[in-house]
Amino acid sequence: MKYAVLASIVGLLVSVAHAGERERELVRLVRQDCGSCHGMQLTGGLGLPLTPEALRDKPAESLVATVIYGRPGTPMPPWKTILSAEDAEWIVTRLIEGFPQEPR
Amino acid sequence: MRWLLTAAAVLLLAGCAQSPALRGSGDLGIVIERAGGRVAIVDTTAQTVLGEVAGLGDLSHASAVFSRDGRYAYVFGRDGGLTKVDLLTAAIAKRVVQAGNSIGGAISQDGRLVVTQNYEPGGIKVFDAQTLEQLSEVPAAYGPEGRRSKVVGLADLPGNRFAYALFDAGEIWITDLTDPRRPQTKKYPAGSQPYDGLVTPDGRHYLAGLFGEDGVALLDTWREGAGSRKILANYGRGQEKLPVFKMPHLRGWAVAGRQAYLPAIGRHEVLVVDTQSWREVGRIPVKGQPVFVMAQPDGRQVWVNFAFPDNGWVQVIDTQSGAIVKTLAPGKAVLHMEFTPRGEAVWISARDDNTVGIYDTRSFARLATLPVASPSGIFFTTRAARIGF
Repeated sequence: MKYAVLASIVGLLVSVAHAGERERELVRLVRQDCGSCHGMQLTGGLGLPLTPEALRDKPAESLVATVIYGRPGTPMPPWKTILSAEDAEWIVTRLIEGFPQEPR
Repeated sequence: MRWLLTAAAVLLLAGCAQSPALRGSGDLGIVIERAGGRVAIVDTTAQTVLGEVAGLGDLSHASAVFSRDGRYAYVFGRDGGLTKVDLLTAAIAKRVVQAGNSIGGAISQDGRLVVTQNYEPGGIKVFDAQTLEQLSEVPAAYGPEGRRSKVVGLADLPGNRFAYALFDAGEIWITDLTDPRRPQTKKYPAGSQPYDGLVTPDGRHYLAGLFGEDGVALLDTWREGAGSRKILANYGRGQEKLPVFKMPHLRGWAVAGRQAYLPAIGRHEVLVVDTQSWREVGRIPVKGQPVFVMAQPDGRQVWVNFAFPDNGWVQVIDTQSGAIVKTLAPGKAVLHMEFTPRGEAVWISARDDNTVGIYDTRSFARLATLPVASPSGIFFTTRAARIGF
């Protein structure tokens, strides 16, 4: 019994650490790779700004769809081969509230 | 007594003004440290970092040109910052914030004018290269409502003229700055969504790559009256493009001998074009979607790096055979390459490894590795003497 509890706690810690690792990757991807068009500070470039003010009136679902499927007719590519739906939702939620900086 | 004081003051001043040891700048350059808003000043002979200059703002898309004496770098930042950096004293000589969102710049044939290309407000601005005083601007207004287009692909042409492309308007503009306070502009159709441009090393032909359609717009600036035309039309042959995770860059030496080597948008290919007939003469399959396709100064080899997620590779094309002769893995997130003045070595930035790797261009041996934080563009002072850089 005690072992089972211990094992599940360890399992939980591993998955939290895992999530933390993926989130770090996503922060880096957004700042660096999305940043090549949207700017590292997400203030825009060839792509639109992705600051909380710029996204204020845009529904989250349509932003998630834009990340996954891209925007035909514009340079925004579909990221579905790189990002899962959960990744895209996490990114959009963070963008709307102010995207985290990369740890220095 | 007064004389004594004066003499002491002179001595003191002489001591303060102690200048760095005399040296030339022909083997110097800068590396953009994109995350830190700094540039590293580098020496390509000693293969070292000489110093760093901070306070250049948002350098997430930064490029640089050089004064013709090779002493100053003009660094163009994403946030509209235009910073004149003194390579010899490793200090900022002058800095202005000239736009809200900027993508780069160029320097005039006579070295007197620095011109910026901006997304916000869309257009170009003209500055005195010495003082950075703004002399004029050309708003990239198009259509009946006069909307402003993002400007891309700015290149200097002989005669203090500048060519650039309007992403939103699908046009090529040529602005003559013979009188820098009174720009004269001519407009030509380009095609759908020009994403970048380049001028051939002789300053004659301006090419604008198109994102919205398969093809490249070409303007012969010796025969401007003939207008622009489309080359490489339908190079994708109607096949669907791969997702483009990073725009290719056309600027750089893409011409080797009589052939130009251009990135194919959304394809793992380099397109080869004859610069006499401007017809496609080949295509070379490569490891990913090309970002920079750059000829060595001698034109013997062409070096290619790639968009995410293939950005860990660099491939080398032999221009005689058209074959890939080397595939290198210089590090994580390779962003840029720059050749030493005569091309015996190439410097390659690997952003996520925080290194710049130096390679021998003949043996492909890694000669040195320099620690540089989040390096992106590498720019050497030899650019000062080249049209289109």
